[in-house]
Amino acid sequence: MFYREAGQFKTSYKADQALFPILQDRVGLAVILITAFAVIPALANDFFLTSIMIPFLVFSLAAIGLNILTGFCGQLSLGTGAFMGVGAYAAYKLTSIFPDANVIVMVLLSGVFSAAIGAIFGLPSLRIKGLYLAVTTLAAQFFLEWCFIRIPWLYNYNASGAIEVPHREVFGIVATGAEATPLARYFIVLGITVLITFLMANVLRGRIGRSWMMIRDMDIAAELMGIRPLQTKLMAFAVSSYICGVAGAMMVFFWLNAAEPSSYSIRLSFQVLFMVILGGLGSLGGAFMGAAFIWILPVVLKFVPGLLGFDLAAETVEHATFMIIGALIIFFLIVEPHGFARLWQIAKQKLRVWPFPY
Amino acid sequence: MKNIKQFALGTAVALGVGLSGAMTTAVQAEDSNYVPLLTYRTGPYAGSGIHIANGMHDYLQMLNERDGGIGGVKLAIEECETGYNAQKGVECYEATKGKGALVYNPYSTGITLQLIPKAGVDKIPVLSMGYGLSAAAVGSTFPWIFNVPDTYWDGASVVIKYIGEQEGGLENLKGKKIGYIFLDAGYGREPLPLLEQLAEKYGFELLQYPVPGAEMQNQSSQWLNVRRDRPDYMVMWGWGAMNPTAVKEAVKIRFPMDKFIGVWWSAGDDDAAAGGEGAKGYKALNFSGVGPDFPALDDIKKLVVDAGKSSTDASSIGSTLYNRGVLNSVIIAEGIRTAQELTGKKVITGEDMRLGLEALNLDEARLAELGLKGFAHPMKVTCEDHAGSNPVFIQEWDGKKWRQASDWIEPMTDVVRPLLEQAAAEYAEKNAPWPARTEPCPN
Repeated sequence: MFYREAGQFKTSYKADQALFPILQDRVGLAVILITAFAVIPALANDFFLTSIMIPFLVFSLAAIGLNILTGFCGQLSLGTGAFMGVGAYAAYKLTSIFPDANVIVMVLLSGVFSAAIGAIFGLPSLRIKGLYLAVTTLAAQFFLEWCFIRIPWLYNYNASGAIEVPHREVFGIVATGAEATPLARYFIVLGITVLITFLMANVLRGRIGRSWMMIRDMDIAAELMGIRPLQTKLMAFAVSSYICGVAGAMMVFFWLNAAEPSSYSIRLSFQVLFMVILGGLGSLGGAFMGAAFIWILPVVLKFVPGLLGFDLAAETVEHATFMIIGALIIFFLIVEPHGFARLWQIAKQKLRVWPFPY
Repeated sequence: MKNIKQFALGTAVALGVGLSGAMTTAVQAEDSNYVPLLTYRTGPYAGSGIHIANGMHDYLQMLNERDGGIGGVKLAIEECETGYNAQKGVECYEATKGKGALVYNPYSTGITLQLIPKAGVDKIPVLSMGYGLSAAAVGSTFPWIFNVPDTYWDGASVVIKYIGEQEGGLENLKGKKIGYIFLDAGYGREPLPLLEQLAEKYGFELLQYPVPGAEMQNQSSQWLNVRRDRPDYMVMWGWGAMNPTAVKEAVKIRFPMDKFIGVWWSAGDDDAAAGGEGAKGYKALNFSGVGPDFPALDDIKKLVVDAGKSSTDASSIGSTLYNRGVLNSVIIAEGIRTAQELTGKKVITGEDMRLGLEALNLDEARLAELGLKGFAHPMKVTCEDHAGSNPVFIQEWDGKKWRQASDWIEPMTDVVRPLLEQAAAEYAEKNAPWPARTEPCPN
């Protein structure tokens, strides 16, 4: 009843090939965008923006980056955290070399560096597949983390060994540093995330995206049909690392304000990988859902005992949150191994035939 | 299976609805002073963090029970679990700052660094007691950050001074080999510039053994190198699980334990006890009292721990890290009291708290009044010097407990202070435009 596309006729090729051919999807997306751009900024407090929305968007973007590599091109990677780190350190170096340049441009440019590094570490993927590839990307993770600690040039020889984001303005508005308002930071992060998501949604249904999926589904068949594995796989690594790099740069510039090398450790790689797996491999929407589950749910769960009137110690809540999240991950993966994206599809189908399922 | 899927869908929808509804913040009572404690009782650093958290919490709770708070106003104490994780630390900060937080104690260099620029903007001081950014001691650059009683550079200079004493004078250090084993992160790397400078000045050789954070429980390769290099002394800058591992490894290679000296964060009872009988003689820096024999700690035991108002195990009262937590809370409490005296207000704000901390004067008479005679060296904060470079002492593990093994040793302020000034200037330059100090000076 709710999702019936009956009566929506396409009269041109353009309409038939639209990104969202069904009216309900378009309306839904419009509602989400209006919520993100107007309702949340109007209603949310600083805590909601800085501790929930900004990290959520940053992680969503990182999950999209990894999803392109793992979900769409089928190359398992555990180096996401390090590639995010490359973006962060590149943006930091760029903004300290060009202090007057627009910091948003610097953040977008920083992805280029992580794309280059990602492509280099993607080279083994031509010979190595599956779990073995994960091990080589693990090497990237440890090597790059080592670089962040051991190359003082990267962090401008700070005694603390960490990168600290300086004060920068964009069009007269403070964008980074401690004085930047959560609202300004939120809009920048939201803008970049929406822009990249929109771009990727289009790339993925075009020639490039389809060639990635061919490689994922059967690389020999893809090769026989004229897809060049070298270029295709490396491009997937580069694009994925670019997006992860931008996410990493946003993480330190618009969310944390300062980062130690340990912020980009293997822990982060796993966090993003879980978001991708839980959200659904090969789905952009799934990346958002996965990020929401892994990041937002624990933050919210912390408040639940207080709201219900239980006076629990902070660490008890933390332990309980760990257990609940762990149990939910297992639960969702058992009932739907293809993640939230698939769950959403099932829900759509159910809404469509409701109230007379067949 | 169909039913389970429906259940899964239902759960997902319910979670989504729950998310949107659950966001409300608790309102703080008007007649209390709110002190958030960023603590960690979970994660790889919990072994150290639990004692600190207990100490901080129990002293403040004891003031509530015994004196009804400070100046007649109760303290509202709230712990927020950070897990020593910078992301969660920032989340805790954002979640609590709106409730009228007076001061933050991050207990993590990573979280401290993130809060340093925010402190001046949100007008909430940061008290990083003996950790964090050393340069923050320069109060004219960092009016909102306090790192009494000492910076890491003070600590490193005391270690070298003590080793010099053992060798019969600093001039005898020439040609000696001093090994430095450290957590390979900002925390462990910070003393390096000072140690290198002192190595050059006194002619000793500095051998470095970095321990990566992810592998702090596996130090066999570092200690293999120690065995090969045979340094005359070992100095350690470790935290969490790194400390007991290092002590164990040192015992294993039969390194002379009386020549192994840890920083004040490697001075936990559990750290030394891990080495068993062989750890006898292990030394560490300290600036907070040894043992439970202080009247204030008796009050804590009676009013808080025995009354079941804390999760502290009574036997841990008096352990090094517990006492460290207590000292941290003493500084908070004295800061609040001083601020109340200065402003005449009972319920103070973060700005008042900054004044209070800057005018902090914890002299011997006051310590005795608090029931903590000899618990710490008298400390005084000035507007220029937020650390104070106070003397520290060396304690020694006798196989069962710590005992004080030296008098109070003054840091080499002539070497440390110029480094601090230089580092502060560099920080301000790199983070330009760093705000110039406009805050008034209370003393």
